Amino acid sequence: MRRPGPLAARTLLVLGALAMVGPFVWQFLTSLKTLPHATRVPPSIVPDGKWSNYTQVFRLLPFGQQFLNTVLMTAARTLGQLLFCSMAAYAFARLRFPGRGLLFGLFLSVLMVPPQLFIIPQYQIIARLGWLNSLQALIIPGLFSAFGTFLLRQFFLGLPAELDEAARLDGASPLRIWWSVMLPLARPGLVALGILTTLWSWNDFFWPLVVNNDPRKMTLSAGLASLQGQFMTDYPVLMAGSLLASLPVIAVFIVLQRQFVEGIAFTGSKN
Amino acid sequence: MVQTAYLSFTRSGPFGGAANWVGADNYRRLVADPEVHHALVNTLTYTALGLLGVPVAIVFATLLSRPGLRGVAVYRTLFFLPVVTTPVAVAMIWRWLYNGDFGIINYLLSTVGVSGPHWIADERTALYTMVVVGIWMSLGYNLVIFLAGIRAIPRHYYEAAAIDGAGPVAQFLRITLPLLSPSVFFVSVVSVIGSLQLFDLVYVLLGGAGQSARTNPAFPRTETVVYLFYDRAFQTNEKGYAAAVAMVLLLLIVTLTGLQFRLQRLWVHYA
Repeated sequence: MRRPGPLAARTLLVLGALAMVGPFVWQFLTSLKTLPHATRVPPSIVPDGKWSNYTQVFRLLPFGQQFLNTVLMTAARTLGQLLFCSMAAYAFARLRFPGRGLLFGLFLSVLMVPPQLFIIPQYQIIARLGWLNSLQALIIPGLFSAFGTFLLRQFFLGLPAELDEAARLDGASPLRIWWSVMLPLARPGLVALGILTTLWSWNDFFWPLVVNNDPRKMTLSAGLASLQGQFMTDYPVLMAGSLLASLPVIAVFIVLQRQFVEGIAFTGSKN
Repeated sequence: MVQTAYLSFTRSGPFGGAANWVGADNYRRLVADPEVHHALVNTLTYTALGLLGVPVAIVFATLLSRPGLRGVAVYRTLFFLPVVTTPVAVAMIWRWLYNGDFGIINYLLSTVGVSGPHWIADERTALYTMVVVGIWMSLGYNLVIFLAGIRAIPRHYYEAAAIDGAGPVAQFLRITLPLLSPSVFFVSVVSVIGSLQLFDLVYVLLGGAGQSARTNPAFPRTETVVYLFYDRAFQTNEKGYAAAVAMVLLLLIVTLTGLQFRLQRLWVHYA
């Protein structure tokens, strides 16, 4: 098909893609340079192959420990959200109980409220429990969300009611129906919520920053920010650290690309 | 949330004792606080400029939806990379690109005879550096939602328009844009809510040296409402005052989102 301006369109796309990838390429090249080389003007493109910048990150930060903290936090939060949000969503979508409308209204209002409003009370609860600087401080407030509940409720409402009615006639308990009927049917919704929660947890910065200030209890985001505080001018090491910290999610994204894209598009279509 | 509302009427004792009821004192102080004014102006400016990311995403989504374009998946992956990258890492990369002395941006400018400023430390440019990074980071997310929206538009609309002699621009204006308006609305709402909560970029892109973004000479032009909240709640330990700041944020979000929902009747077409 001949259209006016396909070349212009292509050029714009290529330029856009370059603007997206360029910073990452420069990050990678810088991460392999010596500091004097990285700060030379005019800059040269050729890296020095200084892989020791990467080992330097491990020396400056308890990087392995922070990586583990981040993985555990992300995994626990994601699992918790899938479990608890789907339970609550099932109750809102299918069960009749007094006060359901009112309770759901409260949930909806929470969706509008910025998370910062919950941070001080949550922080005070965690502090009173003596949990500052602990793994559970990172995990527990993220186990459940109004967003996840709302997303899954919308999904459950779209499923045919005959299926769980049939299960109820066969004598299945609500818990059984939730587990054996609803969850398998809701796979796309669960995948979308799982992916979004993974992404948000891994990248969460504010909460880990305020609850844990012991470097061994930090997540990668907070650890990386503290690295910048101490070694702000050693750009090759900072680039190596930031690359290491973002690589796991990028890798997961590249493997599960289709699910990521569908998950995002899914939340867009439900609103 | 109720507790935060309550806290906003209290002040903790000087030694961290129990919070005392101080009535509307925090709010009175807030109205007169020049830092609150700065934070509000900066946040609202950032939010308004951040909306420029919406048309950018629409243009790229339209280009990527051209029939017969090869490599759509590759482009989509590249555009999506910043979305899955940890914001702290993103801020670090851009801090390096923006560097006044050794940054690649100023080098590229110098090759065309322009001497670039110290972007992140210059009060004339610092806020805009955050806008650019913010748009760069969210472009992939918005793009995916628009791509899904465009894909849902029946092809034969375009075929009919082409037979009637409508060119690509007319097709875009008369078919794509109106039918995409629900997605545009959704993305705008999400963008505004996200922009109003800007924090990571202030902390990492503009902070760094000695931890605090406060040491940046451009700070009065870059401090946001959530940064102010963080500073009061966890740096100067004025939790009551911080709670009042959080209530202001809530008010902003509710007002602006409410306004958007009001205005949608004027321009959003639901099929």
